[in-house]
Amino acid sequence: MAENSKAASGVVGNVINWIDDRIPMTRVWNMHIAQYPAPKNFNFWYLFGSLAILVLVNQILTGIWLTMNYVPSAEGAFASVEYIMRDVEYGWLLRYLHSTGASAFFVVVYLHMFRGMIYGSYQKPRELLWLFGMFIFLALMAEAFMGYLLPWGQMSFWGAQVIISLFGAIPVIGEDLTQWIRGDYVISGATLNRFFALHVIALPLVLVILVFLHIVALHEVGSNNPDGIEIKHKKGTISEDEKPKFKFHEYYTDKKDIVDAIPFHPYYTVKDILGVAGFLILFCWVVFFSPEMGGFFLEAPNFEAANPLKTPEHIFPVWYFTPFYAILRAIPDKLMGVAAMGASIVVLALLPWLDRGSVRSIRYRCALHKWNIAQFVVTFVILGWVGATPQTDFKTILSQITTVTYFMFFVLLFVYSKNETTKPLPTRVTK
Amino acid sequence: MMKKLVIGLFALLPTFVMAAGPSVPLMEANNDLTDKASLQRGAQLFMNYCLGCHQMQYQRYERTFRDIGIPTDIGQEQLIFDGSKVGSHILNAMDQDDAAKWFGAAPPDLTLISRVKSPDYIYTYLKSFYKDESRPFGVNNIVFPLVGMPHVLQELQGLPLPITEEVEEHGKTVTKVVGLKTDGSGEMSTDEYDHAARDITNFLAYVGEPSRLESESIGIKVLGFLLILFILAFFLKKEYWRDVH
Amino acid sequence: MSNAPVDNGRRRFLTIATSVVGGVGAAGAAVPFIASWNPSERAKSAGAPVEVDISKLEPGQLIRVEWRGKPVWVISRTPKMLEEMKAHEGQLRDPASEEPQQLDSAKNPYRSKRPEIFVAVGICTHLGCSPSFLQGGFGEKVEGTEDGFFCPCHGSKFDMAGRVFQAVPAPLNLEIPPYTFIDDTTIIVGEEEGVA
Repeated sequence: MAENSKAASGVVGNVINWIDDRIPMTRVWNMHIAQYPAPKNFNFWYLFGSLAILVLVNQILTGIWLTMNYVPSAEGAFASVEYIMRDVEYGWLLRYLHSTGASAFFVVVYLHMFRGMIYGSYQKPRELLWLFGMFIFLALMAEAFMGYLLPWGQMSFWGAQVIISLFGAIPVIGEDLTQWIRGDYVISGATLNRFFALHVIALPLVLVILVFLHIVALHEVGSNNPDGIEIKHKKGTISEDEKPKFKFHEYYTDKKDIVDAIPFHPYYTVKDILGVAGFLILFCWVVFFSPEMGGFFLEAPNFEAANPLKTPEHIFPVWYFTPFYAILRAIPDKLMGVAAMGASIVVLALLPWLDRGSVRSIRYRCALHKWNIAQFVVTFVILGWVGATPQTDFKTILSQITTVTYFMFFVLLFVYSKNETTKPLPTRVTK
Repeated sequence: MMKKLVIGLFALLPTFVMAAGPSVPLMEANNDLTDKASLQRGAQLFMNYCLGCHQMQYQRYERTFRDIGIPTDIGQEQLIFDGSKVGSHILNAMDQDDAAKWFGAAPPDLTLISRVKSPDYIYTYLKSFYKDESRPFGVNNIVFPLVGMPHVLQELQGLPLPITEEVEEHGKTVTKVVGLKTDGSGEMSTDEYDHAARDITNFLAYVGEPSRLESESIGIKVLGFLLILFILAFFLKKEYWRDVH
Repeated sequence: MSNAPVDNGRRRFLTIATSVVGGVGAAGAAVPFIASWNPSERAKSAGAPVEVDISKLEPGQLIRVEWRGKPVWVISRTPKMLEEMKAHEGQLRDPASEEPQQLDSAKNPYRSKRPEIFVAVGICTHLGCSPSFLQGGFGEKVEGTEDGFFCPCHGSKFDMAGRVFQAVPAPLNLEIPPYTFIDDTTIIVGEEEGVA
């Protein structure tokens, strides 16, 4: 324990020493926060990781508080939500924080994933980091889907009905599988109760563990940066006066020579605090002034209790599922539609292997790559819009075109990344 | 049966066009939740004309009185007709099964109607009843064709008469209601009735989300506070980053 | 924790200011979580004042009503009971009701607004059991007093004004809830004149 804080004296110092002799508190703090070398050129796009943690904490806290009054039964669920909204002091605020938080989670996670795509953060050696991220995304989708059933409104019921029916597309076992998931012949109290159990304990636990692994993997390989070049160099290749003036933990400096890095704390903690304040301004504006967000965050039919005998005029998933839902609808065959939707998510997880290039950042890659990413963004937005609005002949064709361009992104990337003409990489990070 | 339902659902997927209902442009309710007088008139109208059939099963009298500025004892005396305690939900004694027999469907609970539909919809709906002898209650509604409800505000509004037009639709000539004109039999003038409809709408909008005003008043303070935090955090970040740049 | 050598007043000021404002924000954010544990509108409605009709109450009879989930006794005390109460004052822990487990308006020898009508929360002040009313059978517990309350859980004894006897586990007299006479035959439990 060659930690400098070991020299701490006084009562506080004694307490710290006492704890440090028993668990590695100071060591972990230094290794992962105060002396963690982070590239000094992080930009706006690097705020979303910490924001995702903030939203996760918000969801867990408000979620725990909602369960204190929520009744997980087909008879009581809808009324208990209104009880929370009307009878419980500040219950409306806890509920809006949770419902808005769900959407905010996806906003933040999509931007976080996009950052990884444009700066090639999934490339070697960060494949596992990316995969953990994809598992977080999957767990989050399951979490959101099951959570949406709990208010037991019309959209809760019929949305779940449609999504669970997707499993019926699987040959041979499909029908039995859907029945097994529901635990009944239709969505019922049995479905609600198992979704509740998974939503409030099982999946949050999985999410927290995955987030932990995600961060462990990140800190082991080190953060990427907007230039996509390594800041850790072979030991002995960097002269002393080129090295930063900051102290980094020996765990990192013993193995590598590090340039252009700054300690995560205080530099990125103060930057993240700024990001958090900015995010909270937008978030609270929605929570307090527009929790329905024009029907995107809370859908109007969900203010009506679930009625198994009456389907709402239009059934849409919540906005964060609509791009994938549009891919499902674009294909006029049930099995193929489900397969395409599944593939659209799996293909994202395969990015580290589909991208065969060695230059990571969009800044130094070929023009085609820039166009490809641009079209992918446009495609994703169009798919999201098509999936969230009633279908017309035009939109069907549009969704089919964008389904093709969605997958085309990955095909093209696979092809051109093999022998890509890239710009010369800088030796040190810029700015 | 399950299989059919699932197949049916999938048949729906690609054809979401659906019967989207009549695309009648809605009138603007312009209701104002801060207008307590309007909310109180709306509550009065609701208790007198709507509560007979429509409940507000999630909303309590006492909270309602408190929020819209009616003293509890006055509310108890003048707005609770069935002797309920002030702490109880706004309910009626109608049997749901009987109601379904009488009206074709049980009258929906109105606690959340302003959020399922919209204040504009409610306002337009209240102003869109018209005389139609072919219907069981002798009335129809422009935004809700074949409505199963009588025009309960008829004594106030009178019974508007439809202005019809013959229009070509898909090669057929159909009669369409393009407007309404008053029959002059109501207690209220057109203007007064518009106000009454707006008051009811306003009250329903309040009940749909009773926390709305409190939310906005807290929200302003929270945003102001966050702005201060943001500014401080901005300078703090700048100060520390002088080490880096 | 800064690794950098710079340390000026501006930096310290901004750090402290941001921490303080952030701390205030965290405290503010805790408010809805804490406040949501207060009794909800439903609980308040269920705990609303209860009307009790005492026109049918026979002398010596006890009726129980539920108020906020607790048993509240309404007893019509006979003149004999009232007389008895004066006899054993020496054996009581707090005969003059000095301890504050009742409303000021009931701070008199009878611990009630009207001597003959006694209203009390029927929960032993020891550990929350409900004592039994031993009408005419209390003599074997306390000599010379025919009527009183005996808690079956740990043997605490109370007289007809809910005053606790000495040498029993219960530390205090029975609690007197707020109540009001609307008229001669009706009382409201849970509401006190002049007290909200």
